[in-house]
Amino acid sequence: MAQFSLPKNSRLTEGKTWPKPAGSNNIREFRIYRWDPDGESNPRIDTYFVDLDDCGPMILDAIIWIKNKVDPTLTFRRSCREGICGSCAMNIDGANTLACTRGMDEIDGPIRIYPLPHMPVIKDLVPDLTRFYAQHASIEPWLKTSTPQPEQEWAQTPNDREKLDGLYECILCACCTTSCPSYWWNGDRYLGPAALLQAYRWLIDSRDEATGERLDNLEDPFRLYRCHTIMNCANVCPKGLNPAKAIAEIKKMMVARQF
Amino acid sequence: MSRTSEAQRPLSPHLQIYKPTVTMVMSILHRITGAALFFGTLLVVALLVAMAAGPNAYGTVQAIYGSIPGKLVLFGYTWALFHHMLGGVRHLIWDTGAMFDRQGRTSLGWATLVGSAGLTLLVWALVLMR
Repeated sequence: MAQFSLPKNSRLTEGKTWPKPAGSNNIREFRIYRWDPDGESNPRIDTYFVDLDDCGPMILDAIIWIKNKVDPTLTFRRSCREGICGSCAMNIDGANTLACTRGMDEIDGPIRIYPLPHMPVIKDLVPDLTRFYAQHASIEPWLKTSTPQPEQEWAQTPNDREKLDGLYECILCACCTTSCPSYWWNGDRYLGPAALLQAYRWLIDSRDEATGERLDNLEDPFRLYRCHTIMNCANVCPKGLNPAKAIAEIKKMMVARQF
Repeated sequence: MSRTSEAQRPLSPHLQIYKPTVTMVMSILHRITGAALFFGTLLVVALLVAMAAGPNAYGTVQAIYGSIPGKLVLFGYTWALFHHMLGGVRHLIWDTGAMFDRQGRTSLGWATLVGSAGLTLLVWALVLMR
């Protein structure tokens, strides 16, 4: 049975309000989730004010500005700042997204930032993604073949290659998987949208020769079939991919192979 | 000491902070109406049992169902029935792999809500105008 409320040690408390930048009228309020593993207290929501005249336009610019100018203890992952590494995935304004590709002007009112939902928190906005990566590994995301290795590369027609469009672009940021209520309640057994999108990416690869074995691995009430087409995954994917559709295609392959 | 074990780490907020989307809300309503239909079926069973038991029992059930609170419950049951039915159709469409794009999935969600409200009102208009 799903637990809808937060455990006692995870309940939010009101945190500190940091001073406004001096001498600026162009400021934006940020309310950010904080949790310090070295203290004893529960997570808290700190309030910061960002000087927009001194800061770039994206959310990531703002939290880097806070870290540099206000509070160096604010902790988050970031790297490429252009939507290709997937490090700065977090929950912004009630939906998962990448801080680097979401503009401050896209949000009304105070900007609320939380870690990716329903994950163990390591510190502040940094969730523990160990299980997420293990689930990705469990679908064996590599080419599996039984025929002898060709002299050159494994050939693929342009048409077959096109089938991988909309699948191979996944950056494993975990926005989709952690937006999924089914994953929240059954994340220990349900693989989640990201891993299943990758499962489908290998299932329809014309060069892969382990389709049956891959489907066997997914034929399970939880691993695949906990998808209830809630569609949060497709709504939030920062790369515009559609894991829900990929999962539906896997379910169709499950039915089709019985005939 | 650092709190680094799984048990010591807090769980990040989820339902509490997630902004509802139409597809998400329709999925929740599908689950809730499905559960409500279980109890709605008991209403039908009560009517059938009363019919079998004779005119007195039947009259009692009719009186309860015909009262204002009774009608409100039946009105809710009607809506739950239509909403769950249209939700089933929506899932059937998605099972074919169709209408997964942003516009398709959103409009299907709204159609479930508008359709179930419309059909419920239609049925009750017909009942009350009788």
